Amino acid sequence: MANSIEANLITGRTIWQGVAIEGHKHEEAYAKACGIVEMDVSDMKKIRVFPGQTVKVRSDHGEVIVKAVKTTQGPHPGLVFIPMGPWANQVINPKTYSTGMPHYKGVKVSIEPAPGEKVMNGVELLQKTTLKAVS
Amino acid sequence: MMKTETETKAESKKLQVVTDVVCPFCGTLCDDIKIIKDGNRIIDTLNACAIGNEKFKSAQDGHRIMTPLERGDNSAEFTPVSYDYAIEKAAQILANAKRPLFYGWSSTSCEAQEVGNELAELCGGVTDNTASVCHGPSVIAIQTVGAPCCTLGEVKNRADLIIYWGCNPVHAHPRHMSRYSTYPRGFFTERGFKDRTVVVVDPRPTDTAKQAEYFVQVEQGKDYELLDALRTVIRGEDIPDVVAGIPKEKIKELGNLCKSKKFGLLFFGMGVTQTTGKHRNIDIAISFVADMNKYTKFNLIPMRGHYNVSGSGQVMSWQSGFPFAMDFSRGYPRYNPGETAANDILERHECDAALVIASDPGAHFPVSSMKYYAQIPTICIDPHYTPTTGVSKIVMPSTIVGVEEEGTAYRMDNVPIRCRKVVVAPEGILSDHEILERILERVKELKGKENQE
Ligand code: SF4
Repeated sequence: MANSIEANLITGRTIWQGVAIEGHKHEEAYAKACGIVEMDVSDMKKIRVFPGQTVKVRSDHGEVIVKAVKTTQGPHPGLVFIPMGPWANQVINPKTYSTGMPHYKGVKVSIEPAPGEKVMNGVELLQKTTLKAVS
Repeated sequence: MMKTETETKAESKKLQVVTDVVCPFCGTLCDDIKIIKDGNRIIDTLNACAIGNEKFKSAQDGHRIMTPLERGDNSAEFTPVSYDYAIEKAAQILANAKRPLFYGWSSTSCEAQEVGNELAELCGGVTDNTASVCHGPSVIAIQTVGAPCCTLGEVKNRADLIIYWGCNPVHAHPRHMSRYSTYPRGFFTERGFKDRTVVVVDPRPTDTAKQAEYFVQVEQGKDYELLDALRTVIRGEDIPDVVAGIPKEKIKELGNLCKSKKFGLLFFGMGVTQTTGKHRNIDIAISFVADMNKYTKFNLIPMRGHYNVSGSGQVMSWQSGFPFAMDFSRGYPRYNPGETAANDILERHECDAALVIASDPGAHFPVSSMKYYAQIPTICIDPHYTPTTGVSKIVMPSTIVGVEEEGTAYRMDNVPIRCRKVVVAPEGILSDHEILERILERVKELKGKENQE
């Protein structure tokens, strides 16, 4: 698709994710810490998004709206990072390949700008995507 | 969502310092925290990292769940209920289930875990801890090939080579480097970081990598290949010019560096366990460490995330023989990750109820697993609002171990440490241990009745 890139997604901890999960999961702080995708500037340029703009991350397993931010632990063009949390888990590969462990790292995703879309709060996001009656 | 306040006000100006407090957040389990309190109010913390500080302070920040809650069928609305009602409901759900899933355990005490496993056995359910989504593959590999381990005290006193592979302690275990590995002065490492060499292997130049002498930017998902190449060059055999994005010369240099040191330590994290290869990556990491012991002293320690995930593995092992993903549904313990781990069971719809405690699968499981979780009868025990409480049927608040409750926890190197009680919990809130005991008691009654009929 025009204006989208293919990337390799990994998830993991950040210190802000750690701070936000201590009692702030229902608040904005959590979305700010984890509802993001860290990208290299060169990758952002390819799809013409500025830091802070929303993007849609899609994989074979789902899609999610997050904010694009400039990676601080780069360069790593082609690799994108979403801190562990419900946003990342909308798109990771749930298969455990007989180990019990889903595939949280090395998931093929495509990223495109999603202007005007909103990053959902963590609790709300899970409720909307799992509870049948809530949409 | 219910908005409730945690009632803890500053009472006087008489400040008190509690020393030697253990931080119940990550597997580093720092035991040198100081808490400054005014009456029952935590004013500040000393020595803790940003996350540890938040763990203590957020306990009294006014966003705790203050009463048990019940979610209406097919809705996101909750009604407050009493503990008696919630415990009765929970016991009914578990007693009537054919194969309930018990998941979590990693942020509570060993004492609570012990009761929880008994409950799982009584209900013929499956009990699994968060190793499932962090170091489960490491546990599988350790069972396959063994593991040369040591304590963090030995690392501090002896290690002159530290390798962080697929982990980022600056973010996930912020005091790990300063307390045990890189910076402290030890008995044989008197000059602190000057006596040590730090190597970081990671697909990203992480903040940890920025502090290392050697950074190896491995191609994502190619850890196995790199470890294999490293083992090969150490034996003096030839390898291709580039392996996993790393030139042959650099791999050789790394191999020689490892051989030249007196005491090496391989710390590894989810970069190795969660990527392609899973437990096979750890197998070969352990084999590399075993090889290295032909030349020098070498050990490995997994960077465990939750402060008591190691403890849960220990408790399950001494109670029933297996460290996670334990299935009691046939009346005796079985263990087969890939079949009996929490995600496998949820993905395949193989449980008919679930109890989640001291963890948050809502935030950390793939959404497809949670879609099933949201449809079955579920109980969640947690001090705070989380994505999991948001989709559970019964929610019970609990006190925080290590802040409001004493309890035993195992550090990442499997050293048990007694967590302290620093402040009194908000009135009326029960501990994990008490909630589980009361559910257990009631399930025993319900099952007993069933047997008599
Ligand atoms: S490093 Fe871990 S145990 Fe130590 S203070 Fe920070 S969060 Fe707590």
